[in-house]
Order: sequence, then C-alpha cells, then structure tokens
Amino acid sequence: MKRREFIIKSIGGGIVTGAGFSLLSLEEAFGNSIYNPRSAYDMVALMGGEAAEMFEKGIASIGGMERFVKKGQSVVVKPNIGWDRTPEFGANTTPELIAKIVEHCLKAGAKDVFVFDHTCDNWQKAYATSGIEKAAKAAGAKVIPGNNESAYKEVSVPGGKSLKSVKIHEAILNSEVLINVPVLKHHDGAGVSFAMKNLMGIVWDRSFWHRNDLQQCIADMVTCRKPSLNIIDGYRVMKKNGPKGVSISNVLLEKAQIISTDIVAADAAAAKIFGKNPETIGHIKIAAEMGLGKIDLTKLNINRIKIG
Amino acid sequence: MQAYLKPARIVISIATLLVVGFLFLDFGDTVPAAWFRKILWLQFIPSLFGFLNTLKDGLSLSVFGFAVVLLLTLLFGRVYCSYLCPLGVFQDVICWFSKKIRKKKRYRFTPPKTWLRYGILVVVCLSLLSGSIYLVNVLDPYSNFGRFFTDFFRPLYVLGNNLLVQLLQSLGSYALYPVKVVSANPYALIVPAAMLVLVVWCAIRKGRLYCNAICPVGTLLGLIACVSLFKIRINKTTCTQCGKCTFACKSHCIDIKQQQIDSSRCVGCANCLKSCDKNSIGYALASANKPKKVVPDKSKRRFLFGSILFMGALGGLSVKSMAISRKDEDETPKEEHHTGFEEAVKTHQVSPPGSKGIRHFTGSCTACHLCVSACPTGVLKPSLFEWGFFGMGQPYMDYHSSFCNYECVKCSEVCPNKAILPLAESAAPELKEAAEKDAQQSFETQFSRTANLSDAGDYALMQSMIQRNIKVRTQIGTVRFIRNNCIVYSEETSCGSCSEHCPTKAVRMVPYKGELTIPQIDTDICVGCGACEYACPVTPNKAILVDGCKEHGIAQKPDDEAVEEKPLTDFAF
Repeated sequence: MKRREFIIKSIGGGIVTGAGFSLLSLEEAFGNSIYNPRSAYDMVALMGGEAAEMFEKGIASIGGMERFVKKGQSVVVKPNIGWDRTPEFGANTTPELIAKIVEHCLKAGAKDVFVFDHTCDNWQKAYATSGIEKAAKAAGAKVIPGNNESAYKEVSVPGGKSLKSVKIHEAILNSEVLINVPVLKHHDGAGVSFAMKNLMGIVWDRSFWHRNDLQQCIADMVTCRKPSLNIIDGYRVMKKNGPKGVSISNVLLEKAQIISTDIVAADAAAAKIFGKNPETIGHIKIAAEMGLGKIDLTKLNINRIKIG
Repeated sequence: MQAYLKPARIVISIATLLVVGFLFLDFGDTVPAAWFRKILWLQFIPSLFGFLNTLKDGLSLSVFGFAVVLLLTLLFGRVYCSYLCPLGVFQDVICWFSKKIRKKKRYRFTPPKTWLRYGILVVVCLSLLSGSIYLVNVLDPYSNFGRFFTDFFRPLYVLGNNLLVQLLQSLGSYALYPVKVVSANPYALIVPAAMLVLVVWCAIRKGRLYCNAICPVGTLLGLIACVSLFKIRINKTTCTQCGKCTFACKSHCIDIKQQQIDSSRCVGCANCLKSCDKNSIGYALASANKPKKVVPDKSKRRFLFGSILFMGALGGLSVKSMAISRKDEDETPKEEHHTGFEEAVKTHQVSPPGSKGIRHFTGSCTACHLCVSACPTGVLKPSLFEWGFFGMGQPYMDYHSSFCNYECVKCSEVCPNKAILPLAESAAPELKEAAEKDAQQSFETQFSRTANLSDAGDYALMQSMIQRNIKVRTQIGTVRFIRNNCIVYSEETSCGSCSEHCPTKAVRMVPYKGELTIPQIDTDICVGCGACEYACPVTPNKAILVDGCKEHGIAQKPDDEAVEEKPLTDFAF
C-alpha cells in the first residue's frame, strides 16, 4: 500500500521536477515491484518542505527504512547535538527530523534505537535546549549520554593516514546500523560541518584530531565506520559564526535535505547548497581521493524532489 | 513539656543534615536554584558575610539569618550548634555511632580550653581586621561541612550513582546517567582532609570538643550564651549528683560536683534532660533563684570583651572591603618572548561571574564549595595556590578541564555568603538597564504582549531573562592568543577548535595561507568563558588563554548582522 502511494506521489513529483529524472524513477518503480537495491538512487535531494515531511518523501524514494534497518537490529541515530542552542540557531539537527527517523527505524523493526552525541557544550544542557532529547524520547528512542569516557572503546582505523586508532562510543560498536543525521552549517575549524564532520561526535578524543591534521582525520574516520545512511538536515542553515552560532540572524531558512548512502557525495551536495565548491573543502576532497565516495555529483543517480 | 526537647532537636537536626547535605551532593538539579539561599539562610557565617558583602548596597532581609541566630542564642544559648549547624549535627551522628560501637562510653566533665578557644577567636578576629578571610575559611563549621561533602562525600555519591548506572545499563535501562567526578587538585584537598580527620577524631573521642575549643562560631555564640535569658540549669534541691547527666553530655560542660553547667559550652542538645531520672535538670530563666555571686561574674566580662573584639573586627572588615573597591593595584604585564613555544601563564586567575572581581571574590569567599558542586560544567574547582596562600580552597575557574556555560547563572544563584552575587546585584547599572530592556523586548517578541510584573510567572521569567542577559555580557576575563603555540602556525594544518567553541566569536578564524585560517581575537566582545582555552588542543602551554579581569567588565554585544544571501530557489546541483 505504502509503495503504491509512493508511486502515485512520485508521478506527481516527477511532473513538477523535470522529465528526465522522474522518468527514471517511474521506470524503476514500475519495473521492480520488489525493491532492488542495485537500481536505487544514490541520493535523494529535497527542498521546500518541513524537515520531517521531506524525510518521509525522501526515505520512501530511496527504498524505505526497511532497506537499511532489518527486524531486530540495533540502530544508532547520530544527530548533531553539539551545542546548548535552541533549534532556531541551526547549530543542532532539527528535533522533528530526528523524531521522524526514530519512528521509521522502529517501524522497520529495530530492536533499539539509540540517540546520542558527544557534545561540546554541557551535554545535559545541549540535549535539553536542542529539543532533541525530548523529541527522540517521545518517538521511542533511547537517548543516552555521550560524555563519559568509559563508554568509549578503542578501535583501529584500517585506512587511516593520520588517524590510526580511535575510541568510539560502544553504542556504535554494539549496533548494526548507524544513521548519520548532521545539520548543514558553517564551521570555523573544518570550514563546513556536514556528514563526515558529524562523525567526530562518536569519538572521545577530538583534540587529537585537531593536533594531527584535522581535515585528514575527518576523512580517515570514514574508513573506520561508514554510516549506513546519511541524512543531511539543511532545513536551517547557519551561514556564518559556526558551529555554535552567535545569533539566529546567522541562519538561512533553506528547507533542504540530502539523503544518501554515499557520505562523500552527500557532503559534496551539501557544499553546493552551502555555496561552496566541494573541491575547496579539505576533508571532502581528501575523502574522495581516498576513494571513500564520489565528489562528482554528475556521476550519481540523484532523485530531486521539490515540495511546495 | 521539656521531655519533647530531645526528640524535637533530633528531628530538626537530622532535617538540617539531610537537606543541607543534599545541596552539596545533588547533581541532578533536583533542588531549584532559588531554594539554595533560602535553605542556607540561617547559616551563621554565610549569612554574616552576606550581610557584610551587601552592606554598601543597603540592607536586605535575605542576609539577616545571622541576626536571628544571635537572637536565638540570647534567648536559649547555643541552640544553633545543635539544631542548625550542619557540622555540629554531623559530629552528633558520629558521636551516636561511636557510642553504638563502644556501648560503655561515658562523657565526663572537663574544664574549658579557655586559652585555646579565646585565642583562636582573637586570632580570627585580628586576621579579619587585617583583611584576610583565610582563618574563617579554615575554621567556619558550615564551610568545613561544605568542603567535606563536596570534596569527599560527593565523589563517593557520584561513584555509587555510576555503579548503579552500569548495573541498570546492563539490564537495558537508561533511566540514570553517569556523572563525571570533578577531580580537584589532590594537594588542594590536604587542608579539608586534615580538618575532616580532626573533626571526626574530636567527635569520636571528645564529643563536641571541636565546637568548644576550636570553632570560632561556637566560641562567639558561647560568649553570648553566657548572658542568655534561658539556660539549662540543675535544680540543686532535687539533684542527687548521680552524674548521669555528665555522662550524657557531649560538651563535657556539666560539673556535677558544683552542680554547675558551663553555658558557654552547652550546645542545648537536651541529652542531659532525658538522662535525669529526677527531672532535676532543664531550661530555666537564667535570673531565677540565682545565688548571690561571691566572685565577680567572669562570664559577663568575657561576653563584653568578646563582643567588643568581634564588633571591632567586623567594623574593620567592612571598612576594608569598602576601601578595596576603590583601591587599585598596579600590575606589570608579562613580557612576551617570541621564540618557539611560549609559556602560557595567566596574568590573573578568573573569578566566577557575579563575583564582581577578584578582590571582592577572594575577600568574601569562605570556600564552602557549594558553587563547585552546583556548577553544571565542573569548571569551578577548589584552588591550591591559584589565589595565593591565603586564598587556599577558594574556587577558581579551571579552563583546562572545562569552561563556563555561556548562559548558565547557577553559581550566582547558590552562593550563600554572596561572594558570588546574583548577577542583577553584581552588574553595573548600565548593564542591568540594558539587560532589562532586552528582556522586555524578547518577552514581547516571544509572547506578543508586555510582561506583567505583578504576575508571579511573568516576573520569574523576566528575572531569569535579565540574569541571562547580564551573564552573556559580563566580562570575567579576556582572551589572549599566543600565535607561536598555535597548530595552524606551527603545523600549518586546520584547527579552529577555539573559534568553534567561542559563543561570541571573540575568537574567529581569518584567512591565513591557502585554504588555512588562523584565529583572530576581539577582546571587546570576549566574556572570558574559557571555552577557547579548554578546546585548544595544544597542551600544556595553550595557544589561547583567558586572563582574569581584576574587576569584571562589560563585554560588547557580539555581531548579529543578518546573512545577506537569500535561500536557494532551485537545486544547487
């Protein structure tokens, strides 16, 4: 029933968005009554809707949450909850989006859905002020603290150049699925903060990264733990003074979202939305060179969905 | 009627111990911040110093607790020591347990340690006169209690919680969360540890010896108790001198041979009342059936002497504290060397927001460590020599282990002796005015109406907004960048950790070489929160640090210019 609904909707969406890509989507949808991962989109880009609404449409288009979460699996949904800032600042991921993702994971049969971040500000304040703790809990997630060193376990980074080993949160190690949900924003240290940068929130010692070529370390981390799915929240985009932001006037209401299995491509697309060439952003460029994903968006099968 | 005194005392004193103790243990914000000062209202030294610290700004009921204690003492003697002093109750609990262990334990009368106790009081008063709060800090019973709980019992409490968390998590429950133990410099705990040993030893071996030989508050109240209206006295006509009361007296102050009770040492615990089979001991009007004195009344003379000394000391202290605000010391800025790694040494340590400045803070804080245990980020730590030798134990902002949350005002809400004032009291008038105006504005944008200050909810909300607005512009220190130590300069790799954490962008990254950016500072908008210093990955000599402001200043408002670009109308790729 869901799938049929989606087909009807994507016909509508397709007419609006443009013939070429929507035709492809129709072909796929009609051609495969049972989902076939090989013919799926690499990326769904959305704009114009509310964060949760865009996710609903996007996840359906990329194959539904069932594609990533199997019955009985443990899932970590990793938002950005770095700062003691309200959602209006665009410093943290939109809480409604997290709630919706958690909902989908549970519906797909997840045993547990954990939500956490190794915050920069005091974790209790960040969890509360961001609105994420409340929203995620209400949706049925287990919101766990990320600021106790004992929860972090040493793992090796096989493909790392600067980062050879790293301590990451045990929730990640104990879960089959990692869903990476960063917020799209400016970042004074790394230039931008998208999907790859968000993985810094699953490690314990971040200052090591800062001491040992930050851009390289961010790319290296992808070789350690690649998220099953990346959902970049570009609903509110902090254009300057990131990552914490000084004022809500630093924020642009872009109403954008990118959903992709390719973390490098997702970041490259986010860079375009942010107004930057991905080639100029250290960690995106390095990650592409390391073969961790595609930086060239023309090589991707993207479904673009415009709402409203 | 007097038979109920002991049970009543036990109930009240246990309540004191539990409630005050919990203030120091709680890490879950269970107790609303507004209650702290109310709960601690009757604590003698905090209240007295709160009174002195706010004397310049007019009298306020919030600091009159000590006057109530004085009045109580004038009426009933040192009841404060048994009912309200948390350290006194703490000792009683130890006494009780030690008696349970050694069942045959009996107290006996001992002569007063006259030289010791008055000597200590005189030295404490003299040191206060000379402007040092250090001895009060070391000897004050409330502050000692606070240190015992914050420095020793709280870590145990937290540890217990963390073990419970592990157990629950292994069962799949995340109802509780682990808490970080605030690790103080172990050397800073030597003095509190020594005091803990002393107090516990006294309590086990000698009952209330600490209170009657060392505690300056006990000695002072003892002087007043000599002339109190009601006293515990022995009815000589019915007393059989069986000595049971003496055995029960933790204060060692019942001389059964003379059938006299030393009021300067009696803490009014009423244990003797319960012990007497003949009801021959109890509260009575001090003037009733008083035998004609053959010898001149020593106690009155002592009282007079003591009060004169004490009042003198207080007078001296308040004059001093007023003079302090005018006096300004010259300082020589540290010379900077420009070769290789530089030593990053602060010109001044940072005092917490609301403390007005270093002088006010170090001159008023008795180091009870309530702010240390209340601080949600754990940035406040007991000092060793950060404030100099005579500032030992007074908390300082340790930016190597944490930083001050931008909008948090917790410490300013809890400090009982107003070494850290509520921000609205500590702020300069122009800052307060601006904060009020901003609060009104944001209230209006949020609720589309003006705040009704006679409505309790509106009032509370406005107050918290004002506090917050003052906090984000209170400059407790200013940032200093040491380029030679910076990763971007020395390694030529990206970093920006400092700028990332800065809440005002007083540290921002500016173009350096190629795609690299390097920190640039603007001290005008810096609040001195220390986030940059904390985040700087270079250790131990950081590339960026915060020098404390001797007098707290006002930070300029940070840039909040709107973004010029418009949102995209179509896909960017």
